[in-house]
Parts: sequence; structure tokens; C-alpha cells
Amino acid sequence: MCFEAKRLLKLALGPVLMLISVAALAAGGGVNEVNMPPGVTEVGARIYDLHMLILGICTVIGLGVFGVMFYSIIYHRKSKGAVASHFHESTKVEIAWTVVPFLILIGMAVPATSTLLEIYDHDDSELDILVTGYQWKWKYEYINADGDNVSFFSNLRTPQTEIHNTQPKGEHYLLEVDEPMVIPVNTKVRFLITGNDVIHSWWVPELAVKRDAIPGFINETWTRAETVGVYRGQCAELCGKDHGFMPIVVNVVSKEEYRQWMDEKQVEAAAIKELMAQTFTLDQLMERGEAVYARACLACHGANGEGGVGKAIAGSAIATGDVGVHLDVGINGVPGTAMQAFGGQLNDVDMAAVITYQRNAFGNNMGEMVQPIDVYNHKKG
Amino acid sequence: MGDHHHGPAKGLSRWLFTTNHKDIGTMYLWFSFAMFILGGAFAMIIRAELFQPGLQLVEPAFFNQMTTMHGLVMVFGAIMPSFVGLANWLIPMMIGAPDMALPRMNNWSFWILPPTFLLLASTLFMEGGAPAAGWTFYAPLSTTYAAPSVTYFIFCVHVLGLSSIMGSINIIATVMNMRAPGMTYMKMPLFVWTWLITAFLLVAVMPVLAGAVTMMLMDVHFGTSFFSAAGGGDPVLFQHVFWFFGHPEVYIIILPAFGVVSQIIPAFSRKPLFGYDSMVYATASIAFLSFIVWAHHMFTVGMPVAGELFFMYATMLIAVPTGVKVFNWVTTMWRGSLSFETPMLFSIGFLVLFTIGGFTGLMLSIAPADFQYHDSYFVVAHFHYVMVAGAVFSMSAAVYFWLPKWCGRMYNETMGKTHFWISFIGFNLAFFPQHFVGLAGMPRRIPDYALQFADFNMMSSIGAFIYGLSQILFLYNVIATIVAGKRVSEPKVWDGAEGLEWTIPTPAPYHTFEVPPAVK
Ligand code: HEC
Ligand code: HEM
Ligand SMILES: [Cu+2]
Ligand SMILES: [Cu+2]
Repeated sequence: MCFEAKRLLKLALGPVLMLISVAALAAGGGVNEVNMPPGVTEVGARIYDLHMLILGICTVIGLGVFGVMFYSIIYHRKSKGAVASHFHESTKVEIAWTVVPFLILIGMAVPATSTLLEIYDHDDSELDILVTGYQWKWKYEYINADGDNVSFFSNLRTPQTEIHNTQPKGEHYLLEVDEPMVIPVNTKVRFLITGNDVIHSWWVPELAVKRDAIPGFINETWTRAETVGVYRGQCAELCGKDHGFMPIVVNVVSKEEYRQWMDEKQVEAAAIKELMAQTFTLDQLMERGEAVYARACLACHGANGEGGVGKAIAGSAIATGDVGVHLDVGINGVPGTAMQAFGGQLNDVDMAAVITYQRNAFGNNMGEMVQPIDVYNHKKG
Repeated sequence: MGDHHHGPAKGLSRWLFTTNHKDIGTMYLWFSFAMFILGGAFAMIIRAELFQPGLQLVEPAFFNQMTTMHGLVMVFGAIMPSFVGLANWLIPMMIGAPDMALPRMNNWSFWILPPTFLLLASTLFMEGGAPAAGWTFYAPLSTTYAAPSVTYFIFCVHVLGLSSIMGSINIIATVMNMRAPGMTYMKMPLFVWTWLITAFLLVAVMPVLAGAVTMMLMDVHFGTSFFSAAGGGDPVLFQHVFWFFGHPEVYIIILPAFGVVSQIIPAFSRKPLFGYDSMVYATASIAFLSFIVWAHHMFTVGMPVAGELFFMYATMLIAVPTGVKVFNWVTTMWRGSLSFETPMLFSIGFLVLFTIGGFTGLMLSIAPADFQYHDSYFVVAHFHYVMVAGAVFSMSAAVYFWLPKWCGRMYNETMGKTHFWISFIGFNLAFFPQHFVGLAGMPRRIPDYALQFADFNMMSSIGAFIYGLSQILFLYNVIATIVAGKRVSEPKVWDGAEGLEWTIPTPAPYHTFEVPPAVK
């Protein structure tokens, strides 16, 4: 009867193990990866070593315990005529298997403590970046005394068509953004992490960083990447509907490239300032507005303004009513709801464009325009 | 039935008004099985959506409702009531008591459950849908940003807490006052011991959960800011309060399971449990430690380093008493005379898989490593190894073990073994690969994932469907046994089983131990 069971076990486990190993071998390069990445930082490597050490200790203990158990299962079975002995306690043995594991634990705690202390050493950073989690995107603000201050949002770039399976999925499906964070290699970068609405968590496995983004509080952590490359991660704390759709991409580049990138960003920022002073045509605003809408509003208000998490924009009393009220909702949000204040997230040009778009798209056809200067004036009050 | 008193009443009123511990136990068990199926159905929806990358079946908002409801229903509806059912059936029979100490309260603590879960399930049809912030419902996602149904959810949690507290008081009162003469504490079966300790844990932490949801209620409706920094509160406070309940809660789930396997392994080893005293002390130490480790769920919230170190060391310590238990079970089997009926198979399955879950728990307790593991599928794998392979496997073992005593009929052994092997394979296929994707960087609670995780997720879904289907076999086997199983009548159904419940006639009469037995 138990041979049956054993045969069954072999029959069943065989294919399972094969499946796992075939799948694991089938493709390299991160596909079907079965272990934690050692990453590209010293801390990451230490964490990886710790992980392997404890996994190793657990495996050895496990093999010992299961070995004894399976020995009993095979040799001490009633069907083989085994007669039960009646021993049922031994203080010596109990003490031994309390003390020995305790000592093993101390052996684990020592490297764990030193790694933890290193992770908590935030001092002497060369670059500070404020990371803010929003539903459902990240904002990166470079804050530095020498004037290298840029700030931008980083949104999911994967199109809805790929997510809804009407188009083949690209290589970095769900792990691609419109604008990645860029940091220089071999530089201690400190992240100041906070949340705008609910709690998010900023996680990039290869940089060995995970820290919660908590509204109203600022957490600190840091990394120093030793290899140039593109590293991808995701939000790790459930933050609502699109929690699975707010990836993180960090571009680690050489120091020169970083300088160049930073200069370009400064020039771009200056250009936006220039645009703010201009007056646009309806077509220009609509074109720009459509893009902004897709990026910033569509997730809640729907591709056709039909609503979802947010209210419908098509035929909405606000989008077809007083411009001032509409602007106010866009800039200051609706407190206590998922409708955030976009005033600080979109520049005045984009805000003017998206409000114009909402008032004219989806059959709203108000025929009015909002110019950047209107947004500016509204903000001034 | 060798019953000289009145038997059960007839019809529906028997069940509505019953104060009989066996009837109430039966109702708890059936109710928890129904919830197991409901929670399982939610899980099947989750795994079906995750079968392939891309969104196929459900929208992300509904997906979050599914993960949340799955967790809530499984923890509060399936696992906890199932062990209360077992306690009701077994504790009086094991300590030689005629019934539970507070039979009317017993009736109440059961009957408030079904309407509560009906209400909870009905939130799925409310505007904005069911709660969707996870079974851990962190604020402010569960307060300011929640659907209106959160108010009903809070009410449900209050009632569930009430039920648990009443159930626990009853168990404590029964064990402390109604033991047969000679049944000293250190002679009680381990199942009774583990439940006594569990009951104290419940009484201690359910009010804390009630406090957490009351603060949520105040934040949602009465303008307070317990969990909102804008008003001077702190979202992390919620997590501290929740996990002060939540970590003992996981031991509330597993301690009775420890008790069950501590009864079954000796029975099929035909040898007394090794280290009874140390088992009792280990259980008590685990219970004590469970109060001072809660923040190991919060290593990434940005605690001061001293806090991280304290919670890391305290959590690691739990491995010691847990290890003692595992060693004792294995030593109980050593040089026994083993046979492998279905209850024993499930207990061995428990032993192997729970130990794996304990190992991953130890890995998670290493704070720096937890920065990588936390909120990834690695955690999902960990707690399913302890909760499904731990609590649910031991529950299956318990049903097969005591069912013949309860109904005087033997289940079909071949079908039972088939159930075990299918669940064992399905379970491992479902959850082992989750360790891999978690380590490789897949976060939990996401409806869609990057392409490199596709193969393991498909494997995991297939395993989950297999595990799910195997439960139908279980249901069929149980019903077939009750209706038409082979009759058994010897008091000691299993030759190696020890304890007072095996001295009464089979099937167990409606009233037992009206005259207390003498315990030597
Ligand atoms: C995170 C989800 C979310 C996003 C993203 C979002 N909204 Fe909203 N929006 C809402 C919600 C929720 C409401 C309803 C608020 C209420 O209850 O009054 C709303 C309401 C509105 C309204 C008022 C509609 C009405 O008829 O009451 C306007 C206008 C609006 N949003 C504009 C925008 C614009 C412009 C954007 C993009 C820049 C945007 N929203 C992005 C969630 C969102
Ligand atoms: C050796 C014993 C154990 C240790 C050391 C341990 C450790 C841990 C740690 C550190 C975490 C947090 C992981 C994270 O979120 O990053 C965790 C999560 C969890 N554990 Fe355990 N654990 C043990 C046993 C158990 C048992 C017995 C159960 C239940 C029966 C359990 C259920 C859970 C659950 C449900 C979670 C996930 C909670 C969530 O975030 O949703 N654990 N465990
Ligand atoms: Cu998130
Ligand atoms: Cu815990």
C-alpha cells in the first residue's frame, strides 16, 4: 500500500521537477530567474551573501531533519514489522536542541547586524533625490545646493493595447517609463522618499533599495551603483487600482553622461518657461492636451471620458460649465477623493492644454480655450 | 445511541437553538468549509487572471477586491472558525466534560458569523465594490481612499471579533473549570493546551483589532486624523496597531494546528508524544514571543535602526521554540511503528511543508534581507506554506482522524489518500515557484506582471487549480462517509490513538461524560 504511494510520488514529482528545471534553463537573461539578484551595489552583494548563507543553513538543517524523518518512514513502518519503543522524553536532548539552534542564530545575527548598520549609514551623499509616490506614478526631484534642480514625473509607458492583449507585448512590458531616473555611477545617491496620497514603496532589486513612501513623512535610504546600466523595479506596496502599473526605471550612467543629461534638463526647463508666456491656437492646445490626458488623466477618467475611478468627463457639468471651476478642480483637486491637485504636477502649458482638451473632446465641444496665462492667473488667485 | 436523556430536537430549531457542543462544532465545521470554498473561488479568479501576462478576465480594481476578500474570508471565515469547530467537538470529550462551560454563549458566537459573512460578501455588489486595500487594509488606502463599503467592513470586523472573544472565553472557562477529576493541566492532551493558549491570545488581541477599525471609522466619518499626517496623525500608527493584532493572529491560526498534529503523529507512530512538557513550554514561549515581534512586518517603513534590530532579534528567537516542536514530532516518529493512513499522510505533509515555511520565516526575519523579500511573492509563498500547508493540511488531517468517531462511519481510505497526494502536488506546484518569482522581483498584489515571470506564474496557476479541485474530492468523501460509509463501532477507532475521546462509544453519543470519568 505504501509502495503505491511511493510510486505515485515518483510519477508525479518527476514531471514537476523536469518542468521547473527545463523552464529555468530554457532562457537566460533574467527570464525564469529563480534567485535574488546580487545587484550592482556593495550593499546588494552583502544582502545576497546573507540570503545565501541563511538559505544554506536552513537547507542543511532541513536535510538533517527530513533525513531522520524519512529514515523512520522507511525503516520504522508497521508493515515491516517495526515494534514501537516507548521512550518519550529526555531533558538532555531537549536542552541540546534549544541551545544549538540558539547559537546558530547568533551566528546569523552578527552579519545581519553589520549589514543593517551599513544600510542605515545615510551620511556623505553626493546627490539627493526626493522621490514622491503618487497614485500611480513617481515624481523625482533632484535637490542640490549647486543648482542642479530638476523635477519630473515618471509614468508607465506600456500602452493600454499591450495590457489588453490587442497588440504584442514588448520586451520590457510593464517595466518601462516615459522618463527614467538618471543617476551617475559610483556616486552615493541619497533618496528621500515620501508619498502624496497613500503609501507606496520604492523598490529596485538590483540597487538593493526598498523603502516605503509614506504621506506626511520622509524616509531616507541610499545606493551606490557600481555598474552602468538600466535597472528596473516596481511599486511594492498596494496603493490602489493601478498599483501594478507604476514601474521604476533607473538609468545608471557615467559621470560625464550624467552631467550632459542634467544640462539638457536645465535647458528643457528654460524652454517650458518660455512656452508659458505664449498664446496657442485651439488645435495646438488640443494636440498637446490629448497627450497630457492620456498620460495623466486617462487611468481614472477613461479613454473616452466615460469615467471609472474618476467621474465621467463626457457631458460632465464641470467640464461643460464655468471655466474657473474646471480649472480649480484641475489645479487643486477634490480633497478627500482620488482627484489629486494637479497644479504642482503639470506645468501651466500642460494644464491649459488638458483643460482645453476636456472641454472640447468627448462631445463636450465647448469651443473655448484656456491659455497658460489663465492657469497662471488662476493659481495666483 | 446509548443515550438515556433527550436526544437532539427535530428540524431547523435543533440547529438554531442548540446549545450542544457537538451540534455547534458541526455547524462551525460546515460553515468554515463553505467559507473555504468561497475564499477558494476568489483565489481561482486571482490565479486565472495571473495565468498569463496581460489583463484577460478582470479589471485591476476588481482584482484588488478579490485579493482582499480572499484573504479576509480565508483567515476569518475558513481557518479560524474551523478550529473553533474542532475545539467545540473535541475539548469537552478530551477533558471529560459534559459540554462547554457557557453553552448559550456558544450558540451566539456561532450564529452571528453567517450573517456577518453574508454582509461582507454583499459589499461586492455595493457601489464602489468591496474593500480593496488587502487583508491588512493599511490606512489611508482603507480610509480616505476607500469605497463606501468600508463602513460595512468595519462593522463586520467588530462582529467577528465579538464572536472570537466569546468563543475564547468559553474555551478558557471550559478548560479551567470542567476538567474531569485527575485531569491535571500537565495531563491535558496537547490539542487542549494549544487551544487554551490560543484562546488567551485571542482575548488579548481581538480588542486591539477592534481599536484599529474604530479609529478607521472615526477617520472616515467623524473627521479625526488618527492615520492622516495632514491632521497630525500617522499612517504608520495603523500598521503598528494592526500588526500588534496581526502577528499573534498568525499564531492563533497555527497553534491549534500544532495541537492537532501532536495528537495524530503519536497515534500512527504507536508511541507517546516525545517531550510533552517541552511541547507545552514551547507553545507558551511562542505565544509570549508573538507579542513582541509585530514590527517584522514593517521593516521597510523607516523605523530607527534600534527598532529594526530589536524586532529582528526577537523574531529570530521564535525559531527556537518552533524548532523544538519540529524536533519533537520527528523524534516521536523515530523507532515507532508507523502506518500511513490519510490523517498521518496529512500530518507528515504538514510537518515537511510547515518546516519549509518556518525556514522562509527565519529568512524573512533577517531585516536587511527582508528589504528585498518584503511585499514580494516570496512572502506570499512563505505564508501559504504556513497557513495552507500548516493550518489547512492539519485541518484535513483532523477531519479524517476524528470523522469516524463523530459519525460512526469510516471514510474511504483510497479516496482520502488520493486527496492527500493531489493536494500535496497541487499545493507545491502552486506555491513553490512563487519563491522564485518573488526573489526575482515580482511584487505581490498585482493583477499583471512582466514577461520574465510568465512561466512560473502559469505553473503556479495550474497547481492552484489542481489544489482547488482536490477539495471537491474531499467534500465528496466526507459526505459519502456520513451518508453511507462503512460502519465502525469500536470506541478506539485507531489502534494507536490515546485519550478520553477514544473511550466513549462510537459514534459519539449526543451527550457524553455526564458523569465525569476518573483520570488516573
Ligand atoms: C487617481 C484618479 C484620477 C486621476 C488620475 C484624475 N482624476 Fe479627475 N477625478 C477623479 C475623481 C475620483 C473625481 C471625482 C471627485 C469627486 O468626487 O467630486 C474626479 C473629478 C474630476 C473632475 C470633475 C468631474 C465632475 O463632473 O465632477 C474633473 C474636471 C477632473 N477630475 C479633471 C481631471 C484632470 C484634468 C485630470 C488629469 C490631469 C484628472 N482629473 C485625473 C480622479 C482622478
Ligand atoms: C518560524 C516562524 C515564523 C517566522 C520567523 C515568520 C516570519 C515572518 C516575517 C518576518 C514576515 C514578514 C515578511 C514581510 O512582510 O516582509 C512574515 C509574514 C507573514 N507570516 Fe510569518 N513567520 C513565521 C511563521 C508564520 C506562521 C506560523 C504563520 C501563520 C500560520 C505566518 C503567517 C504569515 C503571514 C500571513 C504573513 C504575511 C502578512 C502580510 O504581509 O500579508 N507566519 N512572517
Ligand atoms: Cu503601489
Ligand atoms: Cu509576523
